[in-house]
Amino acid sequence: MNKLIPVEMDINNQHYKLEIPPNKRLLDVLRDDLDLIATKECCGIGECGACTVLVNGKAINSCLMLAVEADGAKILTAEGLSDNGRLDSLQEAFLEKGAVQCGFCIPGQLISAKYLLTQNPHPTHEEVVEGMAGNLCRCGGYERIIEAVISAAEKAEEKK
Amino acid sequence: MHDFEYIRPKTIAEAVNFLDSQGSNVRILAGGTDLIIQLRNNDIQPSFILDLKNIPELQTGIQIKNGFVSISATVTMSDIILDPLINQYFPALVDAAKVVGSVQIRNRATLVGNICNASPAADGAPPLLVYGADIIAVGTKGTRRIPLNDFFVRSGETTLQKGELVVSIEIPLPIKKMGAAHVRRTRRRGHDLASVTLCCGVEETGKVRLCYGSVGPRPVLVIDDSGVLADEKASEEAKAEIFERMFAQASPSKKSMRASPAYRLAMLRVLGKQALELAISRLNEGGGK
Repeated sequence: MNKLIPVEMDINNQHYKLEIPPNKRLLDVLRDDLDLIATKECCGIGECGACTVLVNGKAINSCLMLAVEADGAKILTAEGLSDNGRLDSLQEAFLEKGAVQCGFCIPGQLISAKYLLTQNPHPTHEEVVEGMAGNLCRCGGYERIIEAVISAAEKAEEKK
Repeated sequence: MHDFEYIRPKTIAEAVNFLDSQGSNVRILAGGTDLIIQLRNNDIQPSFILDLKNIPELQTGIQIKNGFVSISATVTMSDIILDPLINQYFPALVDAAKVVGSVQIRNRATLVGNICNASPAADGAPPLLVYGADIIAVGTKGTRRIPLNDFFVRSGETTLQKGELVVSIEIPLPIKKMGAAHVRRTRRRGHDLASVTLCCGVEETGKVRLCYGSVGPRPVLVIDDSGVLADEKASEEAKAEIFERMFAQASPSKKSMRASPAYRLAMLRVLGKQALELAISRLNEGGGK
């Protein structure tokens, strides 16, 4: 048993051909096999959002997905947000607003914020709260995180 | 996580034959938001995980079919929230989908999976019961249409037979005008399972369909034909009396950690009034027809 299954996926615009045992979660493959350690494990049961990644453009908990399910998928992790060392506008906004305290939840927060802004480019305070409800921050930095998301949305609008 | 084999059939027939031959050694994977937690905790140790997501016949999404709105087994809660047909005809189902887990969970969790797990707290169940939904199950002997009210037995147990696979849920297109709303009480918004769920549907004739969950081994559907609840002139006492009769089948467990029986029963009354008001206002706005 536990035979390896060939899986192909695009992670942060890089193509991977892997052989994966079916009982490995996407989170384990990202962190342990590919050394993409921005994505964090915390609760392991889909409640804290530290392991959030985009799979085919949708925010999901990578602790609740088998890696073999991601065969053929396009995945974005926090490592893929910056472009050749240039930070994404959300990353800039998180720094500017002091939204990062211990930092552990931030990769997941950033991916959820990225997803929220693709669904709703101009969220209200209330909509950010709802859209990011699946990401917990033990430092309690919620207000600054929300400010950062709204600020990134406003800056994107100014650039237009 | 223990070892298992991962099976990815391409047709319903292939999936059903496999289920029929392997029975309880197989667990079905659609969204995985409940299944993978059970695997992680070693609560279950199936030999096979059968993934439904490579079966084109189950990727039909949400569509009108012979007087029903058909929702296929891979439709997620996020799909439900965004779908124009569901928003037009079944807004209480949108209410329910919106309060399931978080964004990440709703992007993966399926409505069919929510129903098949048969949790008494399943948010999808009350609106589907109020709207009179059917389960469409395929087995080696053919296809069965099971009224949802005959599907639930108790927590985690349904009338689905060995080898049968739920391929879709079908909700009849409304013939009469009905306003409906789903509400819930929970400890924390954005994560938690419901402590009490309730959906109320009011038809233009004054008939009220009420369904409540998380206060017993399975969701309970009750119907009142008196017209009192929808009658603006009826007294609060008269309405309370009808509600009391409708809530008679609530029997919350003493063992649940989420809320005490007394709290759940008290909240049932609060949610009943809240959902009734919202349902009546939706009926007055056109009633999804």
